[in-house]
Amino acid sequence: MALVLVRRLPLRLRTGAGVQRALLLTGAALTALFVLTAALGPLLAPHGYAQLQHGHGLFGSQQHPGAAHPLGTTIAGYDVLSRTVWGARTALLIILAALLLSVVPGTVLGLASGYLGGRLDRLLVGLADALYAFPPLLLAIVMSLVISGGRSSPVGGLGAAACSVAVSFVPQYFRVVRAEVIRVKAEPFVDAARVIGAGPWRIMTRHVLRNSVRTLPLIFTINASEAILTLAGLGFLGFGIEPNSAAEWGYDLNRSVADVTSGIWWTAVPPGLGIVLTVLGTTLLGESLTDLADPRLRRRTGAPAPATEKTEKGGDDD
Amino acid sequence: MTTLTHEVPGAAADPDDGGPTGQGLVPYLVVRFLLIVPTVLVLVSLVFFLMRLTGDPITAAFGGRLTPDQLHAKLHQAGYDRPLLTQYLDYLRGLATGDFGRTVTDNQPVTHVLGTYGAATAELACYALLVALLVGVPLGMVAAAHRDRAPDAGLRLFAILTYATPVFFVGLLLKLVFAIRLGWLPSSGRASTDVQLFLQDQSSTTGVYLIDALRSGDGTAVGDVLRHAVLPGVALGLLVAGVLLRLVRTNLIGTLSADYVEAARSRGVAPLRLVTHHAARPALIPVVTVLGLQVAGLLGGAVLTETTFEWKGLGYQLAHYLTVRDFPAVQGIVALFAVVVAVTNFLVDVVAALIDPRVRY
Repeated sequence: MALVLVRRLPLRLRTGAGVQRALLLTGAALTALFVLTAALGPLLAPHGYAQLQHGHGLFGSQQHPGAAHPLGTTIAGYDVLSRTVWGARTALLIILAALLLSVVPGTVLGLASGYLGGRLDRLLVGLADALYAFPPLLLAIVMSLVISGGRSSPVGGLGAAACSVAVSFVPQYFRVVRAEVIRVKAEPFVDAARVIGAGPWRIMTRHVLRNSVRTLPLIFTINASEAILTLAGLGFLGFGIEPNSAAEWGYDLNRSVADVTSGIWWTAVPPGLGIVLTVLGTTLLGESLTDLADPRLRRRTGAPAPATEKTEKGGDDD
Repeated sequence: MTTLTHEVPGAAADPDDGGPTGQGLVPYLVVRFLLIVPTVLVLVSLVFFLMRLTGDPITAAFGGRLTPDQLHAKLHQAGYDRPLLTQYLDYLRGLATGDFGRTVTDNQPVTHVLGTYGAATAELACYALLVALLVGVPLGMVAAAHRDRAPDAGLRLFAILTYATPVFFVGLLLKLVFAIRLGWLPSSGRASTDVQLFLQDQSSTTGVYLIDALRSGDGTAVGDVLRHAVLPGVALGLLVAGVLLRLVRTNLIGTLSADYVEAARSRGVAPLRLVTHHAARPALIPVVTVLGLQVAGLLGGAVLTETTFEWKGLGYQLAHYLTVRDFPAVQGIVALFAVVVAVTNFLVDVVAALIDPRVRY
């Protein structure tokens, strides 16, 4: 037993911590790349997302990757590289909008439901449970039909997509916040606040809410991933954003289905990789944050950290 | 979408316990069964009212293409000019008796659509679950056996990648490589045209092509159906495989620290054998329940997979009816999905209750 430990333990800890750090760094790097691409999109992209011609003459349809178009053009004649770069901007907008639209209602409802309890609580929990069991994509589809009336409108496209994505996340924030609120409201400091005469509103916002939202940043990263995936799913089914109002990866993939059948790879792979790398980045970041927040994991991989650091600088990588 | 991690605390049942004690099991199951009704009711009502916020189905489908008079006549004929509450109660009454209404665009009973295409989706889901089990469980075992070493890290990345890659992008890549570049497998559809006609000509059909092909006794038909199933099955299956991999890994690591496994380890049993022969069984029980919980994600994924591979099932039809704005059809398919999800969740709880006597209200 002791022998097994001696043989296995150092190796396990070393790679454990190394993997941990690699995941965190990769996630942070990919996320930074994504945010930078989104922010600097207009500078990075050679053309506009809805641009079909440059100076004189059209780009042409399904052009091979080459000097004029590093990643070729789509069947509609858009520059693939430009649309992929601009797509990051749309994705970031959706993440921000969806987070805002789901965090605020989810938190408020969770707070009210958990703190007040009673019939309202039972009703909301029932609703959230029913919604939670339902595929988010289907919910988003129904929602996008409601918002845009089934027609895609250039202005409402982004908003509809954000609302569609948000609606499946409200129940998630609701559940997490409500559970935390119920735990926190039994704490002595809440009783203390009540005893000194604080009103329910003040207790809710000051004492309960502030102590109930600590876990939310971890859920942000998960929801950021899901927001992108849901939007891409909507776009792929043809319910996303029209190409002349923004560049959206899911929509571009939808357009590329026919290309793939005729062996054209360059219209499908770049937007797809855009989705994969972005989701990979936020997910890795979220996972690492979760690991760091979990004391059991932290103790296992982090406690003998100094020794680990040294051995790792020795240049062993496996 | 599927959530990334599932841990079922305390779900590894004690084999010496002799199963459920019986106390409270039946009342629990009855209550749990009755809970299906409100869940489905909430979803169906929500979808009904949300869809009606946008207007009535007739205007949605034909608006702009018919004169106002024609529209009005159609509205009246279908009863959409009655008060909303009456329509709602009517709709619920219909659902309770198995009547999902009629589609607007091609005027057929929604139940007929569900019956025709439901089998295809069920078949695809079965292939996907099979792939998920074949990929996820063994890889989860490998990851647990090599915990925190290179294979584990690689598999962890693989699991995250299966989550990060949209199922339709996986599908497109598989198509590009295995169907177009290499030409090994067909790129879309459930069977070749001649096989499809042959299968539909059979005296009694189930709609599940593999079963129909097997019953016809035609070897080429079976082969053709299976070849068409590979790429969609893998694309959708990988989505669930990642979740399974992580679940199996986590649970195995739990059981690997049990005393009897420690005893086997001290006798010098090799790590992989330790997993497969000693720790696997108690760790795999939660897999059953988690597989059930994945059905919601699987249905969402099926809509995208079917669209990618032109697999003519419910998801493919849903996308079609969405583009033509046929609300009753969309509502019907969504309602069926809601029922399927609610019933599977019930079955999951039943299995969990039978395995573990502690699961009660």
